[in-house]
Amino acid sequence: METILTLNNLTKHYGKVKAVNDLSFTIEKGNVYGILGPNGSGKSTTLGMVLNVVNATSGAFQWFDGSDTTHNALKKVGAIIERPNFYPYMTAAQNLELVCTIKDVDPGKIEEKLEIVHLLDRKDSKFSTFSLGMKQRLAIASALLNDPEILILDEPTNGLDPQGIHQIREIIKTIASGGTTILLASHLLDEVEKVCSHVVIIRKGVKLYAGPVDELNASHGFFELRCEKQAELISVLESHQDFASIKEENGLVTAFLKNPLTAEELNTLLFTQGIVLSHMVKRKESLEEQFLQLTANLN
Amino acid sequence: MLRLLTIEFYKLKHSRSSKVLSIAYFVILSFIALIASIEFNLGDFQIRIADQGIFNFPFIWHFNTWVAATLKFFLAIVIVSMISNEYSNRTLKQNLIDGLSKKEFMLSKFYTVIAFAALSTLFIFVMTLILGYSFSDYTEFSIVTREMEFLLAYFFKLVGFFSFCLFLGVLVKRSAFALGFLFVWWIFENILYGILRWQTSAETADAVIQFFPLESMKNLINLPFQRLNFIETAANQLQADIQIDYAVHWYEVAIVSVWIFLFIYSAYALLKKRDL
Repeated sequence: METILTLNNLTKHYGKVKAVNDLSFTIEKGNVYGILGPNGSGKSTTLGMVLNVVNATSGAFQWFDGSDTTHNALKKVGAIIERPNFYPYMTAAQNLELVCTIKDVDPGKIEEKLEIVHLLDRKDSKFSTFSLGMKQRLAIASALLNDPEILILDEPTNGLDPQGIHQIREIIKTIASGGTTILLASHLLDEVEKVCSHVVIIRKGVKLYAGPVDELNASHGFFELRCEKQAELISVLESHQDFASIKEENGLVTAFLKNPLTAEELNTLLFTQGIVLSHMVKRKESLEEQFLQLTANLN
Repeated sequence: MLRLLTIEFYKLKHSRSSKVLSIAYFVILSFIALIASIEFNLGDFQIRIADQGIFNFPFIWHFNTWVAATLKFFLAIVIVSMISNEYSNRTLKQNLIDGLSKKEFMLSKFYTVIAFAALSTLFIFVMTLILGYSFSDYTEFSIVTREMEFLLAYFFKLVGFFSFCLFLGVLVKRSAFALGFLFVWWIFENILYGILRWQTSAETADAVIQFFPLESMKNLINLPFQRLNFIETAANQLQADIQIDYAVHWYEVAIVSVWIFLFIYSAYALLKKRDL
């Protein structure tokens, strides 16, 4: 598999504050990555370092196979960090033309990219007249100008209204379905869950997890059960070897698995014991629950 | 290099204030020609500036470059704001993310400074030729080409001054503060000169102060008025001896060149060190 970005023990200290500490992970081509972490966990600093705007205290990173300088490699990258930054006195099209000159790409694609983000009709309006949502969409168009190998988005929906958030998400999904590698930094878990195949979780500058979303937690999921004979149900579950813990809340029994067990197997077992269920759901933890578990474990 | 210049000029071209200031600068430069029509009375004498030999070759090279150099503040504003705007719009960050290196960014600004200085020098060259051939008493080729080193001095003076502005722009990131700092520095150099002169001798003071940035740029083209006919005449009548070395010396150019290097290099070092 082709590697797009490699981080090796990347570290950034601001005085005594360790913003990013010994961070290592790799980004492979074709996946959609999410960088998760609470506010101030070092997401933006990490992206700033690989994008050449923040100097690393120690450690290294490498774009693609490492044969080119960072700023040349960045010409093959599309990135939006924090806020859209453009020249306010230039129009949308003029701003994009400047980006084309910097990236050494043909300005012929400007209209096509403006169309993707639905801004074609505003291409001759000055950037200063744009709303935040339009600015953010223009930033996406600008990041797409070079048909990037990887698109980096840092909190792309921050500060937008629901329509704006929806528009941006749709655009991201369209881009992802085209096979572009995406790195999405966010503290909004449902956002990451909806589009990402892989996650990197950081907290206080330390990596907690990096890998596919499904393998984030070694857990095998849990059952939500309800029946008349609750006490019997609980005793059966407690004596079963595959369950790690049982919880009861408002008549709903939640049983967490430590070994794999299908719903059919459990249902058959309970039925033979004379317990008839009125409610049965097998679920995996949502990203949010997994994230909270993971961050709680370390406290 | 051409790519970097294209990038910077693209930014300036679409900025109305930069455009207005640059055009105003060149228009005002061409107003030097109007000096020809100035007349004033000094006691019983009626003096017409054009008759005092200011448009005579080779003196006109000295005079025009000196007058033109006083107008450099117009472009200084453009230079300072072209740096500070990148900070306030946070476009510096975006430029770097888009694939411009910090070195390329600095070079694009420096090339622009050189381009402005070169354009201004060329402008003065053409204008001086026109004015000189219209008003000068001597138009022999050998006289016309004498003292053309003032053009070189003018070029270095502008590049030096603009490099200082560039450095201040990077240092303080705000155009108003950068220009304010420039003014404070100018006062500082003058006060320092005053103290040196008071504590030591005029010779020592001159020897030390010539190494300071603004003074070194000033020394490239000295005040030309002592060379004017009527002042020389007046001085002779008063038996005063004004012996001023107005020539352009190699070491003056060298000092300014060192400053240019220091300013550009420190601006780059600052940019490199900073997190954006």
